[in-house]
Amino acid sequence: MKYLIIGNSAAAVGAVEGIRQIDKSGQITVISSEPHHTYSRPLISYLLLGKTDRQKMRYRPDDFYSVNGCECIFGKNVLSINVKNKTVSLDDGRSICYDKLLIATGSVPFIPETEGQEKVKNSFTFMSLDDADALGKAINAGSRVLIIGAGLIGLKCAEGIAGRVKSITVVDLSDRVLSSILDAEGSEILGRHIESKGISFILGQSVLRYGENEALLSKGGSVPFDVLVTAVGVRPNTSLLSAIEPSYERGIVTDDEMHTVIPDVYAAGDCTQSLDVSSGKNRVLALLPNAYRQGECAGISMAGGKKPFDRAVPMNAIGFFGLHVVTAGSYTGEVFERKAEGSYKKLFYDKGFLKGFIMIGDVNKAGIYTSLIQNGIPLSDIDFELVCEKPSLMAFSRKYRDEKLGGVRQ
Amino acid sequence: MKRVYVNEKWCLGCHLCEYYCAFANTGMKDMAKALCNLEIRPRIRIEEQDDISFAVSCRHCDEPLCVKSCITGALSRENGVIVIDSDKCVGCFTCILACPYGAISQSETGAIQKCELCAKTNDGIPQCVAGCPNGAIVFEDRG
Ligand SMILES: Cc1cc2nc3c(=O)[nH]c(=O)nc-3n(C[C@H](O)[C@H](O)[C@H](O)COP(=O)(O)OP(=O)(O)OC[C@H]3O[C@@H](n4cnc5c(N)ncnc54)[C@H](O)[C@@H]3O)c2cc1C
Repeated sequence: MKYLIIGNSAAAVGAVEGIRQIDKSGQITVISSEPHHTYSRPLISYLLLGKTDRQKMRYRPDDFYSVNGCECIFGKNVLSINVKNKTVSLDDGRSICYDKLLIATGSVPFIPETEGQEKVKNSFTFMSLDDADALGKAINAGSRVLIIGAGLIGLKCAEGIAGRVKSITVVDLSDRVLSSILDAEGSEILGRHIESKGISFILGQSVLRYGENEALLSKGGSVPFDVLVTAVGVRPNTSLLSAIEPSYERGIVTDDEMHTVIPDVYAAGDCTQSLDVSSGKNRVLALLPNAYRQGECAGISMAGGKKPFDRAVPMNAIGFFGLHVVTAGSYTGEVFERKAEGSYKKLFYDKGFLKGFIMIGDVNKAGIYTSLIQNGIPLSDIDFELVCEKPSLMAFSRKYRDEKLGGVRQ
Repeated sequence: MKRVYVNEKWCLGCHLCEYYCAFANTGMKDMAKALCNLEIRPRIRIEEQDDISFAVSCRHCDEPLCVKSCITGALSRENGVIVIDSDKCVGCFTCILACPYGAISQSETGAIQKCELCAKTNDGIPQCVAGCPNGAIVFEDRG
């Protein structure tokens, strides 16, 4: 059996480990346009910050590919897939055949068309190790950095370089920071914290036009800068399949074993859509835990096993300048709220089920809440009042504890 | 593999397991000296309310959501035991968000900590179990 994986990140690694659970000898080829050993993409900001290094940020040990018997083709781009002949063609002219193909091509940054953008010389995105290296080289203690986008990637970038530049200004169209995962109050807390570290926000505005070292804003005024980072969002990288299936624009659609509608072609990770059980809707969950788990399920399925991918929820754990934030699920329904000095918690529940939550500061045992959402545990089965106050197994039935802690088989 | 199991009805809520755990992870010889004036951060924790108490520590799950969610590759499985490479961990707490039992916590270094069945410190003999006076936590292979 010849397995071919396009991509070399979380979903691809999940697939290699999934395949090897079932098939110890089939030939695995991993192709990636990035010329690196698999690394943790979220750590690129920690690399700039000096909290990790190139060796430590490797997502798997140095011998990962040899232990798993993978042939690596790195630094090469797959240009197209021929599903009839079951081959892919590379940018060096080679053609590689497969029996089972996995598309784990991840995300690409979204860059809005803005007048004058071609004039900006020091313009970066913040998606890859090479991006981080290039940005690291471009900045110095005198740099004025403009970051477009106050989402996860823009803010992580700001944290990564904060100690190394003169100033950082973050502009976002939304009137609050991290609007995709926080409510207004949470945004306020986090925004204030980040501001207190010397980062300036210009919110509710976009860039109308760029000059070489200046951005003109939509509501008037301008920001001078030396270095520009665009981080307004990511899109699923579906280009290889959208040539074949145009409807995949908003994430490749698969069944729960990560099989696409094309025979022997699977997809996993940021490039796909998945069913978010907290909302019941299909959406792109561009998050690493999701990517790994999808990749593993795809690998198992490609090797002839069966492990459906399910129980997906959006979940974020992220810290900025020492303040921790964890969130999961959807923010619908009734709300339970607790605020204390330095911590903030909101739980959202609807029709007897926990749907989502936000915790800032104290994130202890948050996974107990996540499990209530992921496993659809009826709140009537637990002591909901207690669990609201404090995530704990005490709130669960004795039977649940006997099974989970006591190892009693039901 | 052998795992730590909890017999809830035998737990006295004495918290000794927490002390033995914290001590085991100091690498020191004298418990009193090791823990003197120390705010302990054990990897096993007692939950208690009214007359119910029980210890919670890592289940070393067959489907370890923490390992699969770890964004850095710092969590992995070695001979069945879920272990943490604290050097790689940046303390993002995705594992805390993923663990259904609340069994992962923050260490004083900022990285996470969790029960590793004393594999690194006491030849794989969990000290919480060894120190429990009432057999409320046991270390057994139940398949
Ligand atoms: C700065 C930053 C911080 C983040 N922080 C977090 C976080 O804290 N928590 C979290 O859960 N997630 C975070 N994420 C998101 C996380 O990195 C992604 O969800 C995860 O990397 C997705 O993995 P993947 O395998 O699907 O794809 P990707 O990691 O995007 O990898 C896809 C790979 O495929 C390669 N590729 C694409 N097309 C081709 C082609 N045609 N030929 C050859 N190779 C190709 C790409 O070069 C790339 O190496 C962060 C992302 C960024 C950028």
